[in-house]
Amino acid sequence: MPRREDISSVLVIGSGPIVIGQACEFDYSGTQACRVLRAEGIRVILVNSNPATIMTDPDFADATYIEPITPEAIEAIIAKERPDAVLPTLGGQTALNAAIALHEAGILEKYNVELIGAKVEAIRKGEDRLLFKNLVLDAGADVARSFVAHTLDEAQGFAIQLGYPVVVRPSFTMGGLGSGFAYNEEDLNRIVQQGLQESPTTEVLLEESILGWKEYELELMRDTADNTVVVCSIENVDPVGVHTGDSITVAPALTLTDPEYQNLRNIGIEIIRLVGVDTGGCNIQFAVHPDTGRVIVIEMNPRVSRSSALASKATGFPIAKIAAKLAIGYRLDEIPNDITKVTPASFEPTLDYVVVKVPRFAFEKFPSADSSLTTTMKSVGEAMAIGRNYATALQKALRSLEKRGSSFHWGDEDRSAAQLLEISRTPTDGRIVTLQQALRKGASAADAFEATKIDPWFIDQIVLINEIAETVASAPSLDVHTLRVAKMHGFSDVQIAQLRGLTEPEVRALRHENSVRPVYKTVDTCAGEFPALTPYHYSSYDQETEVAPSDKQKVVIIGSGPNRIGQGVEFDYSCVHASFALHDAGYETVMVNCNPETVSTDYDTSDRLYFEPLTLEDVLEVIHAEQASGTVVGVIVQLGGQTALGLAAGLKAEGIPILGTTPEAIDLAEERGAFSRILDEAGLLAPKNGTATDVDSAVRIAEEIGYPVLVRPSFVLGGRGMEIVFDTAGIRDYFERIGGQAIVGPDQPLLVDRFLDDAIEIDVDALYDGETLYIGGVMEHIEQAGVHSGDSACTLPPVTLSSADVDRVRTATLAIAKGVGVQGLLNVQFAIGAGVLYVLEANPRASRTVPFVSKALGIPLAKAASRIMMGTTVAELIAEGLLPAQDGSRVPTDSPISVKEAVLPFKRFRTPSGQIVDAILGPEMKSTGEVMGIDRDFPRAFAKSQVAAFGALPTSGTAFVSVSDRDKRAIVLPVLRLTQLGFDIVATSGTAEMLARHGIPVRVVAKFNERSGQDTIVELIARNEVDLVINTPSGRSAMADGYEIRTAAVLGDKPLFTSMAQVSAAVASIDVSREGMTVTSLQEYQRRRDEQRGAAV
Amino acid sequence: MTTSFDPAVLVLEDGTRYAGFGFGARGVVFGELVFATGMTGYQETLTDPSYAGQIVMMTAPHIGNTGMNDADMESRRIWVSGFVVRDPSRVVSNFRAERSLTDDLVRDEIVGISSLDTRAVTRHIRDKGAMRAGIFSGAEYATSAAEQLARVKDVPDMAGQNLSDRVSTEKAYVVEATTERVGSVAILDLGVKKSTVAYIAERGFDAHVVPQSITAPAVLALGVDALFFSNGPGDPAASDAHVELLREVLKSGMPFFGICFGNQLLGRALGFGTYKLPFGHRGINQPVLDKRSGRVEITSQNHGFAVDAPIDTVIESPEGFGRVEVSHYSLNDHVVEGLRCLDIDAFSVQYHPEAAAGPHDSMYLFDQFRDMVLASRKGAKN
Repeated sequence: MPRREDISSVLVIGSGPIVIGQACEFDYSGTQACRVLRAEGIRVILVNSNPATIMTDPDFADATYIEPITPEAIEAIIAKERPDAVLPTLGGQTALNAAIALHEAGILEKYNVELIGAKVEAIRKGEDRLLFKNLVLDAGADVARSFVAHTLDEAQGFAIQLGYPVVVRPSFTMGGLGSGFAYNEEDLNRIVQQGLQESPTTEVLLEESILGWKEYELELMRDTADNTVVVCSIENVDPVGVHTGDSITVAPALTLTDPEYQNLRNIGIEIIRLVGVDTGGCNIQFAVHPDTGRVIVIEMNPRVSRSSALASKATGFPIAKIAAKLAIGYRLDEIPNDITKVTPASFEPTLDYVVVKVPRFAFEKFPSADSSLTTTMKSVGEAMAIGRNYATALQKALRSLEKRGSSFHWGDEDRSAAQLLEISRTPTDGRIVTLQQALRKGASAADAFEATKIDPWFIDQIVLINEIAETVASAPSLDVHTLRVAKMHGFSDVQIAQLRGLTEPEVRALRHENSVRPVYKTVDTCAGEFPALTPYHYSSYDQETEVAPSDKQKVVIIGSGPNRIGQGVEFDYSCVHASFALHDAGYETVMVNCNPETVSTDYDTSDRLYFEPLTLEDVLEVIHAEQASGTVVGVIVQLGGQTALGLAAGLKAEGIPILGTTPEAIDLAEERGAFSRILDEAGLLAPKNGTATDVDSAVRIAEEIGYPVLVRPSFVLGGRGMEIVFDTAGIRDYFERIGGQAIVGPDQPLLVDRFLDDAIEIDVDALYDGETLYIGGVMEHIEQAGVHSGDSACTLPPVTLSSADVDRVRTATLAIAKGVGVQGLLNVQFAIGAGVLYVLEANPRASRTVPFVSKALGIPLAKAASRIMMGTTVAELIAEGLLPAQDGSRVPTDSPISVKEAVLPFKRFRTPSGQIVDAILGPEMKSTGEVMGIDRDFPRAFAKSQVAAFGALPTSGTAFVSVSDRDKRAIVLPVLRLTQLGFDIVATSGTAEMLARHGIPVRVVAKFNERSGQDTIVELIARNEVDLVINTPSGRSAMADGYEIRTAAVLGDKPLFTSMAQVSAAVASIDVSREGMTVTSLQEYQRRRDEQRGAAV
Repeated sequence: MTTSFDPAVLVLEDGTRYAGFGFGARGVVFGELVFATGMTGYQETLTDPSYAGQIVMMTAPHIGNTGMNDADMESRRIWVSGFVVRDPSRVVSNFRAERSLTDDLVRDEIVGISSLDTRAVTRHIRDKGAMRAGIFSGAEYATSAAEQLARVKDVPDMAGQNLSDRVSTEKAYVVEATTERVGSVAILDLGVKKSTVAYIAERGFDAHVVPQSITAPAVLALGVDALFFSNGPGDPAASDAHVELLREVLKSGMPFFGICFGNQLLGRALGFGTYKLPFGHRGINQPVLDKRSGRVEITSQNHGFAVDAPIDTVIESPEGFGRVEVSHYSLNDHVVEGLRCLDIDAFSVQYHPEAAAGPHDSMYLFDQFRDMVLASRKGAKN
């Protein structure tokens, strides 16, 4: 059936902020969907609260709503736009849950809107544990024995029947949130209580343990004619017990015979039929017993998932794109295969290479968190690599993680094989390297299997890699043959250098002298059976290269690698925009990146895509291949975050032209002494500071400039290792804690700054072409200085700064841009304390806020930056119409206000004893994502940001207040207002006394550690008797006091405010929230801006 | 446990040489070089008699991971003349494995080559067409390039070859119905796979597997309800005897079903021509449209030749068997993938409903065959 004629407008629901378990893979899928639908002439309406995404760019939809993904907001959008259909299957679990909520609230019916992509019934069958279990049995497959429990008592009874360990899985949660293994009753009580709370239906599934079984996934697609294809099979290297998002996975499956694989395929097809997915995709997870082959179906998702993004990148089959086409009525055989153009999408891709995905964790950000891997996903990102064999793909993937110690190595190892094996019994970040060391130290493959249950084939591959390492180390000389053998097994120059006692440049030189260089193969869906028209390449030490010559001027864009806290989708946004802008300007764009979740690694985004690790070696080889096939004008490094920036010096040293700001200028901004001189010359102030290379010099400097101090390692992103320290003991403690991470040393000095208490922090994103400064936006932080800018809420335009302040900021930014020698983007962080403007830091690169600024003010910063790097001036870009004439420093007073709020992952992490980790913000960034609220004034915008990030603010109920002495004065008015709005107030004794003296009725509750016989605040929160928590700590010890209160609030999903600025904003928001929500699209805001500008002319 | 590093070379008739390492047996072997794109099922491929006379190259890089077992043998031995892979497995990891791949290759004296740029070879064949080739390893590796090329060029071309007698059973045998018996079928063994026989037996037929040299009167004398032609190697244009046999049987009114080579022979019997494809269809991901249902089947294919018939109209059989239509065609390149006679009880498909290796999407064809035979018998009684 061709495309349905009765659908002319579609509302696409996005996935909201990046959280663990739901990352930018849904930006990739949503962006694809929007492009497909628009290409079909359908009016696309989009809702997503995440401003960092590419899909929320006004270019990708006809009406883009950056609004909370709640039934209330979506209903307002539906009422306004009256779409024919809603497509929820490309926005992860968030969108699917929103669709179900819309259906249940009768909103879809009320406005006569059809759900496309998946029917409600299908969603329910896939996600309801009991329905699904019966369905699997109907499909003739098996499931783990299980029971559904609605109470803890029930759960305890079932656990005894099943025998420990049992698996606990809450219904309707994403990324396995709340699930885990219970080895005893104590575990069970904890996990079940938590799971019942997480599950919107208050139910958990208890299941027989299948720990150690082999785990597989199939990605399937089905159309209305019942045509079903398996797009990809994925095998988990880590056996059952580790969440698939945290597992090392490989595509295609490598240890199944054809009858076993076909059995999984048959079961998969039967399940997708029974579930009733008939216009889209689904993924199904299987466990296979290693000794008997018994197959158990673990779960299925009737939507595009993280695995489908991986499968799309792994095979070249664009699942999201095809899913969008199926949703509007096409059949698989009516859709052409993008890559071959001549064959249809109704086929099953076949691979002549191996793809390995490895997860990226952020445990270093949460030192108290339990780092063992379980069925709850904990990774924050992933890297994928493609190789002609598994060893190569694995080694490339591991080095793509850009993390010290993530690759196999052959240096000193003091631990014995037995010790290493013991450690590798527990799955953790880096277990595969521990296993490699164990094998290297003499553990047998059989022992390794016994300890890890990793399939012997995968273990042998590590043995093979160790054997090749031995060959390399023991070869009489590093000859062509030895180099080739090493390269054919994925060894990097760094690894070879380590094995031979050489340096990386020496190995590179030797390799180039001997012409041992990679060729580039193509991902083509068909193993070479048909010619591929899409230049999607990966490296291989093989014979024939497939890079086609080109006579266009090429620009290489370095992406930002795996997502991590501090470097996520925001940087991909900038890279993608640069690619679009430079393509439009007539260049051939060449993208290099290794993150399968992103839009940048969609083969549709750039003229050429290289799926390669972002190490100097891998990037140099790509550039070499491109130079061999045409003219490379230069490389863009200022958009891909620290990953790309970190390559600048190395590329430059190899004679590669860097576009825009030079590597020397980048160093100038990073190097404290040089930067101070720039500030001095411009008459700008920085907080008193110094640099230290060890603990003693740090103490000396801190005592000299006075406590509190802010300490910060240089050359890090996301405030890694950044802390506020209050005394000398704190400095010593700090050095002890960071000791193992090698982030401070003679080459990487520690910056020690006087910490500005009670200052307002300001972030500026600007463009500079060498002559003209163009301000993108001036953002005012809502939290006090000291909270990392990535974790702080901020408002654009600023709401408390005077125009004189903004002028000072502008002048200072210009001076810095000029002094550093910026050509392209510049981000500067300022603080205003006691009327004095301080420069905190300057980064001559794309910042995390570039997409937020672009959307809030309608200024395409990243596109403009890429053009400036190519030599176009700001004046020319204004003349061309790419940039508005008025920059972002002046915003008319009737313009909308945008508030960005951070989303934090505290709930994901538990200490080994099961406690949640502390939910306090500091100078080290901890958030995984962000949302934006945009509305006509600050309280409304802030309210939306809170709804989008945490759910609606309460408009009545009980507020708990406990503030530091410093804040006691300021808290009176906001609390008074809360009581006027009808809130009951409870407070700890000190705060209560002060509020009572101001005539505010207040009930006293005990602190957590007070043994007074009355209820403690933690108990109140746990009993759901508190709706709002205000707790401002001050000083390090005071911070510790509030730990239980804050964790209880996070655990109970209560709004938590830890600074006075947040409290004031929240109270104003609660005030306006009672009026209900109005929604406005970015396009409408733009129209109003255009009208204003028109009127001004 | 170790990977061998003794040199070997793959030499193509156009002079292209690919260096690799010896794999399986050592020595020299010749044949038509073809590539197969399945990611699973190397054992079924190796033991499929249709590959007799061919050097098969797997495009999937890792081969041998799951070893070999008796249950997945599609015939009594490995039939490929040579085997080309990129990364042979050093260990076997599968609960059903009984031997390693290398064990079986050495046992059946199959010369192989590994560690070469198989993708480059695939692209070469795709652009230039399937061609004759030789693998030289061990002592043969040392012979001169000129001599090696000359020997490759001496190999007879696949076009025009009749290979049926090489693979067919010499003696007839019967596999009894494995479900309630409904009748019997004569299976002409042109290189039949074990799975095909098993699926026919599973549909309630006693399967009389007969040598390819059997005559039409002998087939009719078996007293079976239907005739089946299997897959097999060779050029259908060189199989006149089988075509004649089929025409005679069809004239008798006996129902017929053919697979692969059997499809080409039905095409010829009906009066159509056959032709050699540039590089063939060999994979387990091939989309085929069933014209009648409008549904797509993902099929297992292995054919270098195809029937020349129009895919969009019903045509009169030039040999007088009534109206014929193309029932299935490839969605990749619109090659004929199935024939259906509208006036007699005969149909055939170019692909492999028995899969092995491959998807089970087309198993319904065995049911269709059963239904046709039963309906035909009922019709005959009335």
